[in-house]
Amino acid sequence: MWHDHVLTAKQFSRADIETVLDRAADFDGPTGDTRHTDSLLGLLFFEPSTRTKMSFETAIKRLGGDTIDMGSVGSSSVSKGESLADTVRVIEGYADALVLRHPKQGAAKMASEFVDVPVINAGDGAGHHPTQTLLDLYTIRENAGLDDLSIGIMGDLKYGRTVHSLAQALTNFEVTQHFVSPESLALPPTVRYDLDEAGASVEEHTGLDGVLPDLDVLYVTRIQRERFPDENEYRAVASEYGIDLGTLENAKDDLSIMHPLPRVDEIDPAIDDTDHATYFEQAHNGIPVRMALLDLLL
Amino acid sequence: MTDDHQLRVGKIENGTVIDHVTGGQALNVLAILDIDGSGGEEVSVGMNVPSDRIGRKDIVKVEGRELSQGEVDVLSLIAPDATINIVRNYDVVEKHRVERPAEVVGVLSCPNANCITTEREPVDSRFTVLADGVRCAYCGTLIREEFATHIDVG
Ligand SMILES: [Zn+2]
Repeated sequence: MWHDHVLTAKQFSRADIETVLDRAADFDGPTGDTRHTDSLLGLLFFEPSTRTKMSFETAIKRLGGDTIDMGSVGSSSVSKGESLADTVRVIEGYADALVLRHPKQGAAKMASEFVDVPVINAGDGAGHHPTQTLLDLYTIRENAGLDDLSIGIMGDLKYGRTVHSLAQALTNFEVTQHFVSPESLALPPTVRYDLDEAGASVEEHTGLDGVLPDLDVLYVTRIQRERFPDENEYRAVASEYGIDLGTLENAKDDLSIMHPLPRVDEIDPAIDDTDHATYFEQAHNGIPVRMALLDLLL
Repeated sequence: MTDDHQLRVGKIENGTVIDHVTGGQALNVLAILDIDGSGGEEVSVGMNVPSDRIGRKDIVKVEGRELSQGEVDVLSLIAPDATINIVRNYDVVEKHRVERPAEVVGVLSCPNANCITTEREPVDSRFTVLADGVRCAYCGTLIREEFATHIDVG
């Protein structure tokens, strides 16, 4: 057994990550598979995320399995006040593994303590999003390798769970992480603690200009309107932490630009046609990576 | 020497003497024990008393109360050198030093309002004890100071 559950990116060693990515490479093609025909994946999405959900649905169906879905929260027993602990113990009786998306941090970890089937964390509040991280790493490995890299991570670093998970996972590799954000959205102390403890090479910046020429990868995330009390302040910050063709004049020719999507204004669509754009490939990689993960867990 | 200083704040008949508390932490010890005087407890406090072992120390004596393990665990975070003396009929019947536990369970509440342990779920709070604080085992939130304000009363 590889791991019982997938709860945080922190649980992965370098070998764990390489196991998933190597297997994902085997699944990365047009062929389907039938090795998990009898498997049912329980989808428990306590907040909407159509893409993450569809990506898990696609992955299990391409392995020959199927899903059961508790539906939207408003129409389920959760709206009647059932605890998460009870919900997962009921669905455990139906499904071979549970995929949980929940607004509260630590929800997946708690759920894993109540069930014997694998729990996969598909995002818990501002906490973790480990399967996104695995597909991010797969994409980085395909484009730039996973060592001797300078990786820029820009945007909302405070609330962005994809950033937290990616930063933790990258401590397994020889990379320098450059965090670029307004001070009000800098990495939270808990993530910084993990990076320091792992001895990671980390630099924090409030602007992209000085660091851009060194970067092999630039991971852009969305800054959300609701993080700012006023519209003008938001606009100023959003434009400062967005990129267009002009921004990239000093970038390396082989800079990969990534984004967990959906994007709003932070990457100018003019970049889509350049070799820098890696975000759609990144989104596609969610399928082979989640197939690999399910194959290891089921 | 120590006995003299203990006498200075009076003997107790039954209860707990918390000795060798880090100087200046006595009021936080009282907060951890949820003692603010309003409950009528008989409490003596000595602050910044000279100590051979730790320089200056505080002493807290609580009449009629023996501490729970959870309370002792949290005490250890702010007063790692403390000794707990259980007194019955004016005699010290048990004496032990606090030990920093690997984790404290069900004692502190997580300050992160978005943590699953703050919901109505059948789960205790759980904090891993680090060299310089504690960390929620569910959401990762760090607490490095003012432990007393996070005590989950009742
Ligand atoms: Zn917590």
